[in-house]
Amino acid sequence: MSTELPVLTAADFASDQDVRWCPGCGDYSILAQMKKVLPTLGVPPEKVVFVSGIGCSSRFPYYMNTYGLHSIHGRAPAIATGLKTVQPDLQVWVITGDGDGLSIGGNHLMHVIRRNLDINIILFNNRIYGLTKGQYSPTSPLGKVTKSTPMGAIDNPLYPLSIAIGCEGTFVARSIDTHIKHLEQMLRRAAEHEGTAFIEVYQNCNVFNDGAWEYAKDRQTKAENTIELEHGKPLIFGKNRDRGIRLNGLDPEIVELGKGITEDDLLFHDEKAAEPSLAYLLSRLRYEDGFPEPIGVFRAIDAPRYDHELNKQIEVAQEKRGLGDLDDLFNAGETWTVS
Amino acid sequence: MSVTLAGQPTSQKDTLVVEGATVRLAGDSGDGMQLAGTQLTGTSAQLGNDVATFPDFPAEIRAPRGTLAGVSGFQVHFSSQDIFTPGDTLDALVAMNPAALKTNLEDLRRSGILIVNEDAFGAKDLEKAAYETNPLEDQSLEGYQLFQVSMTKLTRTAVEGLGLSLKEADRCRNFFAMGLLYWLYSRDMDPTLRFIESKFGGKPALAAANRKALAAGWNYGETTDAFVSSFRVDPAKLPPGKYRNVMGNVALAWGLVAAAKLSDKQVFYGSYPITPASDILHELSRYKHFGVRTFQAEDEIAAICASIGAAFSGALAVTTSSGPGIALKGEAMGLAMILELPMIIINVQRGGPSTGLPTKTEQSDLMQVIFGRNGESPLPVIAARSPSDCFEVALEAWRIATRFMTPVILLSDGYIANGSEPWLIPSASQLDKIPVEHPGPRSNGEPFLPYTRNERLARPWALPGTEGLMHRLGGLEKQDITGNVSYDPDNHQHMTNVRAAKVANIADDIPPQEVNGPESGDLLVISWGGTYGACTAAIQQCQAKGLRVAHAHLRYLNPFPKNLQELFNRYEQILVPELNMGQLRMLLRGTFLQDVHGLNKVKGKPFAISEIVARIHELIG
Repeated sequence: MSTELPVLTAADFASDQDVRWCPGCGDYSILAQMKKVLPTLGVPPEKVVFVSGIGCSSRFPYYMNTYGLHSIHGRAPAIATGLKTVQPDLQVWVITGDGDGLSIGGNHLMHVIRRNLDINIILFNNRIYGLTKGQYSPTSPLGKVTKSTPMGAIDNPLYPLSIAIGCEGTFVARSIDTHIKHLEQMLRRAAEHEGTAFIEVYQNCNVFNDGAWEYAKDRQTKAENTIELEHGKPLIFGKNRDRGIRLNGLDPEIVELGKGITEDDLLFHDEKAAEPSLAYLLSRLRYEDGFPEPIGVFRAIDAPRYDHELNKQIEVAQEKRGLGDLDDLFNAGETWTVS
Repeated sequence: MSVTLAGQPTSQKDTLVVEGATVRLAGDSGDGMQLAGTQLTGTSAQLGNDVATFPDFPAEIRAPRGTLAGVSGFQVHFSSQDIFTPGDTLDALVAMNPAALKTNLEDLRRSGILIVNEDAFGAKDLEKAAYETNPLEDQSLEGYQLFQVSMTKLTRTAVEGLGLSLKEADRCRNFFAMGLLYWLYSRDMDPTLRFIESKFGGKPALAAANRKALAAGWNYGETTDAFVSSFRVDPAKLPPGKYRNVMGNVALAWGLVAAAKLSDKQVFYGSYPITPASDILHELSRYKHFGVRTFQAEDEIAAICASIGAAFSGALAVTTSSGPGIALKGEAMGLAMILELPMIIINVQRGGPSTGLPTKTEQSDLMQVIFGRNGESPLPVIAARSPSDCFEVALEAWRIATRFMTPVILLSDGYIANGSEPWLIPSASQLDKIPVEHPGPRSNGEPFLPYTRNERLARPWALPGTEGLMHRLGGLEKQDITGNVSYDPDNHQHMTNVRAAKVANIADDIPPQEVNGPESGDLLVISWGGTYGACTAAIQQCQAKGLRVAHAHLRYLNPFPKNLQELFNRYEQILVPELNMGQLRMLLRGTFLQDVHGLNKVKGKPFAISEIVARIHELIG
């Protein structure tokens, strides 16, 4: 009998269901990258589970030939918690969106990240409610005019990575739907991380919020408006790689290289820093404030995982007390006999 | 542990044999009344008495000292007969302060024994309890056998020389009160001495103080002339076997652990703390060596959703709450229902609506659990009738859940959850196995069909991790057989019908409804849940008087037992006593198109037997 693992392809991970996102939706690209990455991870389809809530992105599990659970709005992280702790050897992916993850499901997202459950969360951020046809979302910018905000949104937006880092996230990354090589790399890194891996993907909703991320996606402007993070490397950006980010006290500033400023003066990225301050600072660099927005891995550290710790407690208890015995349980403490 | 009488003093005074007694200890919430009541219960059970208890405490952890709001009580009924309730009226009341006297006196029978701590009846204490005159001096207590005991001073004297502060010394007063009651009812002090050793063993001074306070209370009864004689309650004639005392929440937790063992599963318990259900979480979190995974979730919704995930993953998944939390779980209950995954959803009911009366009992969530979900979403509902019955009902819930691939709702209530009674300990080997099947791996490459069904209409429970069975579940309507998303009108009708038929089919799998009493007659009392004891005792009384009354206590509330309709026709009238405003009554009327009388009360208290007897007399003279 051959012990070689079968070679899997993207087709092995595709379900027989027709994909029903709007033509041109950014979700297609993310789905394609996922199908490309999964066969290379050495995990057979039956060991993979996709869990989602409600929203356009949450249809994702139906298109994967793995186990899947399309649940209710915002609750995917909670469902994944039970699923993963009972079977810790499953590879669990949570697919969510800006509304599902940060609005109705904000509480669960916060808690699953702080528990560092060993799952991968992909938050498709399109800054709009797509499935309900165009209301503003918790990541929509101030002033955003939508069906439900005809005079402009007046609530401050949330920034997913700042939230994830604030919740002590151990792996926090960002990518862009059409930036396929980068996205593939991020998905792989997330899969390899032990603990909660959180990826925000800038995803275009071409029907209700077309072009929301154009500054970061457009070939002409993306080099100026994004900055690719590399561990141990200085923060340099621009088409000619002639500008960088430097710290002025606690504040980041953009500087031009040359004229007495060298790479050594720049902020160096350290994804393994125990303190999340640098990662948080990077998550605050925003296009609307004149900064390039970082993409890549903001933070990747090792920390105890909830599923692992819970199962370890069970092992320890069984070692110490032996496997539970019902007769011992029922007869412990004060008893008496009636004859 | 065996019971020994070594070192137990014997009273030299007269001892009167009585059938049973109902005793309540009442004091401030910090006075240790719950502990004292629990000890009296355990001790009485070990003497072979049948016991029933009713702890009654405020929602506030420590309301201001000495106030009416802060009174905590624990009622114990011990008897040489088979008993069903903690008793309607008190034979003896211990009041540790004026507030406790004021809030509890009305339950003491005329000429009953009233023991008060007279040291706690100062002007300020009286003012806090809104007494204008001192009841110990104004003859208002003349109808009772009043014993004024200087408990504070006597306790302080008893523990002198042990180096305790006054505050610590005063905390021993509950043991003094216990000692006095132990003398009065000829209870054995050994179990409590053992308890003191295990609880305070690490603090020798406290252990010694509590031992001395207990003995001082006993000696006070023996030596003071005020008490002329004590009482004795002989052992009850319970079926032979080994017994222990169990509280409802503990029995429920043990039932879940046992159900897991019997089905070769492990418990996953998702829960958010809520009164009066939290003790199940505390209990289960201690059983990790049974493979029990407890998850204290961020909220009620996460608690049930994690359990749904665990059910998909193959665990014996449970979530527990009380009414307010069950309301929050509603949407997820609908998801679990349409996913057709087995799990147990427990509602330990309390007084509602909204936050209501968190520490008081009520049965007002029946409609909530039967109907409280959007869409057509029937779920089986079963209810425990007593503390020890919680064990049986947990096994039954899991049996139904796995045989029919459905979430099962299990109802308990605050009265059952915190009450206790003797439990005939089963032998694990005699408990019926609960067989559970999962389809095995396959490699023929054909898609797995998660919504095929067996003869009971149950679908296969295929677990993630199994080769070749990859499938997707979801809350959207699904196509019959394949489980793929479907918006087809006829399919939705079909799936709705099938899900309803599946739950209705459970009626074929449960025993017919039993009736206690004549096969036909003037009145059938139908009860459910925690009113079992009061109804049983009331009907026994009425039957003894020759009334043609029968009793059917329902464990299965959805679906109803198949013979229920037929039972209806055999009696002239039907009465449903409930601690709500008529919820089962409405269900029965709607289901069987027949009139049903009610006896309804929502006062945060269980029924008195006499209330039910009175209503029966009202209906059939």
